[in-house]
Amino acid sequence: MRRLTLALALAALAMLPLWVGNSYYVNIASQILLYAIFALALNVLVGYAGLVSLGHAGLFGIAAYAGALAINNGATHLVAIVAALAATLVAAAAFAVLALRGTGLGFVMITVAIGQIVWGVAYRWISITNGDNGVAINTRPSPFGLSLTSTPNFYWATLIVFLVAVTAIAIVAASPFGASLRGTRDQPRRMTALGYHIWLIRFLAFLFSGLWSGVAGMLFLYYNQFISPQAVALGASAEALLMVISGGSGTLLGPIVGAALVVIMKNVVSAYIVRWNFVLGAIFVAIVIFMPEGIVPGSVRLARWCLAKLRPQVTEVTGAATPRPESGL
Amino acid sequence: MNLWLILAGNSIAFGGLLFLLSAGFSLIFGLMRIPNLTHGSLFMLGAYFAVSLISWGLGFWPAAILAGLGVAAFGGLVERLLLRRLPGAELAQVLVTLGLSFMIADICLLGWGGDPISIATPSELRGASRIAGFAFPTYRLGLIVIAIVVAATLWGLVDKTRLGAMIRAGVDDPAIARVVGIRVSRLFTIVFSLGAGLAGFAGVIGGPILSVYPGLDQDMLPLALVVVILGGSGSLVGSFIGSFVVGFLYNFGQAMFPELAYVVLFLPMLVILVLRPQGLFGRVAA
Amino acid sequence: MNALELRGLEKAFGGLRVTADVSLAVDPGERRLIIGPNGAGKTTLFNLITGELPADVGSIRLFEHDITRVPSRRRAHLGLARTYQIVTLFPGETLLRNVTLSLLGLSRLRWNPLVRLDRQSALLAAARQTLSLVGLDHLAERPLAQTAYGERRRVEIAMALAQNPKVLLLDEPFAGLSSDERRDVQLLLAAIPREVTIVMIEHDMDVALDFAERITVLHFGKVEVEGTRSEVVAHPRTREIYLGE
Repeated sequence: MRRLTLALALAALAMLPLWVGNSYYVNIASQILLYAIFALALNVLVGYAGLVSLGHAGLFGIAAYAGALAINNGATHLVAIVAALAATLVAAAAFAVLALRGTGLGFVMITVAIGQIVWGVAYRWISITNGDNGVAINTRPSPFGLSLTSTPNFYWATLIVFLVAVTAIAIVAASPFGASLRGTRDQPRRMTALGYHIWLIRFLAFLFSGLWSGVAGMLFLYYNQFISPQAVALGASAEALLMVISGGSGTLLGPIVGAALVVIMKNVVSAYIVRWNFVLGAIFVAIVIFMPEGIVPGSVRLARWCLAKLRPQVTEVTGAATPRPESGL
Repeated sequence: MNLWLILAGNSIAFGGLLFLLSAGFSLIFGLMRIPNLTHGSLFMLGAYFAVSLISWGLGFWPAAILAGLGVAAFGGLVERLLLRRLPGAELAQVLVTLGLSFMIADICLLGWGGDPISIATPSELRGASRIAGFAFPTYRLGLIVIAIVVAATLWGLVDKTRLGAMIRAGVDDPAIARVVGIRVSRLFTIVFSLGAGLAGFAGVIGGPILSVYPGLDQDMLPLALVVVILGGSGSLVGSFIGSFVVGFLYNFGQAMFPELAYVVLFLPMLVILVLRPQGLFGRVAA
Repeated sequence: MNALELRGLEKAFGGLRVTADVSLAVDPGERRLIIGPNGAGKTTLFNLITGELPADVGSIRLFEHDITRVPSRRRAHLGLARTYQIVTLFPGETLLRNVTLSLLGLSRLRWNPLVRLDRQSALLAAARQTLSLVGLDHLAERPLAQTAYGERRRVEIAMALAQNPKVLLLDEPFAGLSSDERRDVQLLLAAIPREVTIVMIEHDMDVALDFAERITVLHFGKVEVEGTRSEVVAHPRTREIYLGE
């Protein structure tokens, strides 16, 4: 059953530019996909490791800036992408070493500080980053001769990258390493006593998260053909976090839903409801207070409750209950 | 030489303003363990309130006080209606204050528009005064005085009064404080309002220097964070000293290393957070 | 050679000495009981042995290894396992997954990000085996949240047993159990082979005395009395400590 749903969803996504005529909406879809990658990457830390980062836009931005600077200095797209991801991994390693000195709120604050430093460099080191004016690139890549300049082509390329990202993250989540990671979130004390190397597990998770944040950053760069300090500001990190927690952390679908919610709000709704920032903040507040586990688990809970009310009577279940699939949707 | 003295003078004045901003943050964080990410927005809100009050004919000082009270009331509502629902869930509280800051920023944009608005320097403090042979804007001197007065008042409040004793007890051990009969939840509301009010008041006082504009909240919040981390949460003395240190870092950083201005600001914060991972954001071990 | 040997262990928090010059030696296969009034420093002693707390002074030996400076995470690999006073399990997981995590801790597999954990049949079989040791294999697929307290206490023990430890530290394994549940745990412990040396902290004297071969009495962080069960029970100092001075 689940396979059928997945296959249908995949088909729908693949055909999207064909059944959505307006290129504006196809572009929205591309944005949703690239931000979904970013949200999934952040969720590796927030949801699976239990480490909340409010500075992840820094990694996103470092990739984009590194890529932009490489391209504008004559590198081919392939070289630029590799360079950008390498830079992001190095940055992620540095971030991790610093941030993992703290736990809980301390971790959060360190990521805020790091994020602000990255933003400060982007904003002020004008000779390199062009400051507030940002850096523009004027080409998109043409992998295998297929130019990504057109909206549908860019969408399909983004979709492919998205599918690779989701698959990679799903595999890790279902793996022994993924289970170890979630263990460190739930009972770090016990995990150490059981023989696990908590710091190293978290460090590797940070690198993995950083890598995909960088991928999203490069997609962002190619989408806008422009990068500016705004993409690295505290607000950007907050938005990413919002995507994760509004959709529901610790699942695969949650961050994707969250990304869709935020991107749609940002682009489509703002045309009709003027103060989208307010609405976004309000949703944030409402979710944290009323549906802290996020929209996806919250809706599942709501659906189960409704179904339970509809069934004639429920006999006491004493046998095996289906465990909540941690690595599934 | 002149330039350095002027910079120093501005740093001290800015430090005074930062103290007004961060004292509230420090109290809230010290007692309630919430890094109140709404703090910058409250600063901005106070300034905008004053803009309206002044445009309706109120003088600068009455407007400053009234705006402060207004923001304090708003802060009280936020605490009672929202933060109270998440007792002890520090992360959730951080996120709620973050969401609120977005909301407040947009309301201000709606209410007062996107252009920077300047607040006129109160007439009695216009012009420059001569200090040790140098001309220095009188208002900035006044600001330093205000900061010192507020610092002294706060210190007196925390050290000498019953409320202050309850605050200190609550900071040390909220559980025992409750057992001893201190209504910790009401205390939280009072402290949050006080912190908010101070921020709002600070926004007005900073008005003649900084003006009010969308984004002021995002500019001021990180500064409050840095001050509190450098100076230690819940410590007014720490906030006082930290404010001036940051004032100097900010101004001299901007002047000497314009390209790394924010790095100069946030690097010390990062260093302290990294070297004292437990100390500032964890409960201090017994 | 001793299974576990502590020499001159000290730990102080500020001015408070929680562990004061504690020395003790446990023979391989022995069943040692550690008792003492509340605040005597028993759990702290366990935390020192596992390395969760670094000792200020003194040494700890686990068979031939001096583990005083060995990081906590490595001590499990050397054969040390413990249970916790408060059930410290993974709430969102099934019993099987809980025990699997324990087994994984000592396996290289824990670093593998590519294979599916659910397909590691050898690992899962071993986990099931451990659950049957504590009589819970029929609940293997049950989420932990849907189990009774007594069952969870047994999972606590299963977690430790899964790693085939040489020395097993049990921190109040009988806490909060009904008399039926206590009997189950008693049988469980009695069935543990002599290859495993057991050191247990307990308050519940009835079951604990049954179990113990030798007893160490702690008071204010110091070893006050030590000896065989009958020696300690008869010792006047023991009565003093428990009935007040």
